[in-house]
Amino acid sequence: MSQKILAKDKVDAFLQGLCRDQDLFAPVMKDGKVGWGPVATAAEALWEFSNTEMSPKDFFFPQTECMMRFKNVQGDPQGMIMQAEAPLSRPRVLLNIRPCDAKAFQVLDLIFVQDEMTNDLYWRDKREKTALIGLACNDPCPTCFCTTVGSNPHGETGLDVLLVDLGDHFLAKALTEKGEALVKDLPAAAAGDEGQAAELKKAAEAKIKGGVAMDKVNAREVMELYDAPLWDRVMESCLNCGTCTFCCPTCHCFDIQDETQGEAGRRVRNWDYCMSWLFTMHGTGHNPRGTKKDRVRQRFMHKFKYIPVKRGGEIGCVGCGRCVQLCPVNIDVRKVVNDMNA
Amino acid sequence: MEAIAQKIREAAKRLLSEGKVDVVIGYAKGSVPMREYPYFAYTPEEAENLTWTSFCCNNLALYTIRRPGRMAVVAQGCVSRNLVNLINENQFKREDLYVIGVNSPGMVDRRKVQALFPGKTITEVIEEPEHLLVKGQGFEQRIERKKFLRSNCLTCVQRNPVISDEMIGEKGPEGHGGNIDNVAAPWEKLIPAERWAELQETLKDCIRCYACRDACPLCYCHVCFVDEAQPQWCGKTQDEADVATFHILRAFHCAGRCTDCGACESACPQGIKMRRLTSKIEKDIRELYGYRPGMEIGATPPMSLFRPNDPQDFIK
Repeated sequence: MSQKILAKDKVDAFLQGLCRDQDLFAPVMKDGKVGWGPVATAAEALWEFSNTEMSPKDFFFPQTECMMRFKNVQGDPQGMIMQAEAPLSRPRVLLNIRPCDAKAFQVLDLIFVQDEMTNDLYWRDKREKTALIGLACNDPCPTCFCTTVGSNPHGETGLDVLLVDLGDHFLAKALTEKGEALVKDLPAAAAGDEGQAAELKKAAEAKIKGGVAMDKVNAREVMELYDAPLWDRVMESCLNCGTCTFCCPTCHCFDIQDETQGEAGRRVRNWDYCMSWLFTMHGTGHNPRGTKKDRVRQRFMHKFKYIPVKRGGEIGCVGCGRCVQLCPVNIDVRKVVNDMNA
Repeated sequence: MEAIAQKIREAAKRLLSEGKVDVVIGYAKGSVPMREYPYFAYTPEEAENLTWTSFCCNNLALYTIRRPGRMAVVAQGCVSRNLVNLINENQFKREDLYVIGVNSPGMVDRRKVQALFPGKTITEVIEEPEHLLVKGQGFEQRIERKKFLRSNCLTCVQRNPVISDEMIGEKGPEGHGGNIDNVAAPWEKLIPAERWAELQETLKDCIRCYACRDACPLCYCHVCFVDEAQPQWCGKTQDEADVATFHILRAFHCAGRCTDCGACESACPQGIKMRRLTSKIEKDIRELYGYRPGMEIGATPPMSLFRPNDPQDFIK
């Protein structure tokens, strides 16, 4: 794969090229918050930021997504008509996505697209039509812990192109065929660029202090962790709100509802969350996760034990630190996992 | 602040070692700046973790609900008012509760502080008597505390606890000079279509995580109306009607009960101005019924009482 240079005064021209046949999105400053928005020029996008407050997962897994529409008109000889939703009409590029978030999509690929039977066409359609141009973190936050959960501030997993800010220009590393096509018109990197990027990578890794240890979590049986006394303390202050799951790039649970009005309706899926008692409520009235403790434990066990066990060691967390920053009662995932590992 | 924190720790240690209570519910220092969190101390040793800073924004009255045993709660004005609310709503008995009262200095809005440093990461905030020293990657700035108070603290009318078994530090002034009516006033000038537009604008970032509801000591229903499934009252989507239904119904459920503690606004991960909804309701209740929630044990909330001379002008 090729290594190219994107000069900072050539970014506008590069973006114009991207916009011709694709919709382009990037982190932008909106009402004082860093979020995702459409961009056309370099000035509209952010180039120095920690990360967006919410994860970009809604590009592939919108919070509310119509799956199909249906009609059941009385006397209609066609009977019930079900109509698929149109797939994404234009390819997209997510520019300046952070490596942790790109890694998260690869974790979610393992869940949404497993085999013939578990093959989520809504997720897949958007994934296949979206290219990811990452921006390496040279300055990770104090809440970042990607290096301790298998990701990296300069990580390449899940990306098509990785940009590394080298001061007056970016090193643009093509990582896939899709990425190769995006950077094909850029000039080749100079001799020292790759070495400089490697130095920045090492420096960024060194800035990540703390994080989580997983060795004992991996070694312990599920039930030993499940029955550990720590959950009684972790759950005490938890509000059972959806903040941690909704800001999380790897949380992916949903609820499907049919909404009808008269003879027509739609099937819609919405984000759901394991912190809600309703999420696991059975029609019988039985709730297998009936207490706050059950629900709090589920979130951490799912990410750090169940997913690794079922998906070949892959951890269901990429260390972005959003939940650490946003939890209204400061339940810090790093502390919880280290307690699980104690 | 640290002097108050020290006295809170001493009181907690004494209560726990004398066996007067099973738990002291207070605040502990968060793992990230400006994010203290609700902490449960069961032993004198654990009481050492209690703190008192400009960022004690959760309403601890929440944690008394359906909690067995004898508990002590660190309570500033608003928390104490919510405790009174809960006593008046028969959620627990006064004698099961030990109130460690504190005059609130007014809590600081971390979003206002963060707004000074857009896109940058704050790594440490040091408390000084009238100032906060804010440090981050490549910057350091001393800011005046009172300019960054939460909006509800600016319009607070009750900084001292209305009930307490023990007062930590001196009683202080009651207000911060702001007037909640000014928060409510903009709604009154709007025609219905404009109000709807303003409501949509206020709620446009809502992700329906329900942190506002779950942080609120008024919201203790066994099943919240948005979680009712048989039948389902409220749609689950991000459509504006579904989002607004949740917020409007919740706000009305809080009428005559909301103490303007600001816990909902502090909990919201999206920084939604929740008080835009509740301030007008607070003003209406005060003007129509002469009632402020949580000020007196034994008072009956106006929405659970009918009097023949109640205002009825709204019936057309």
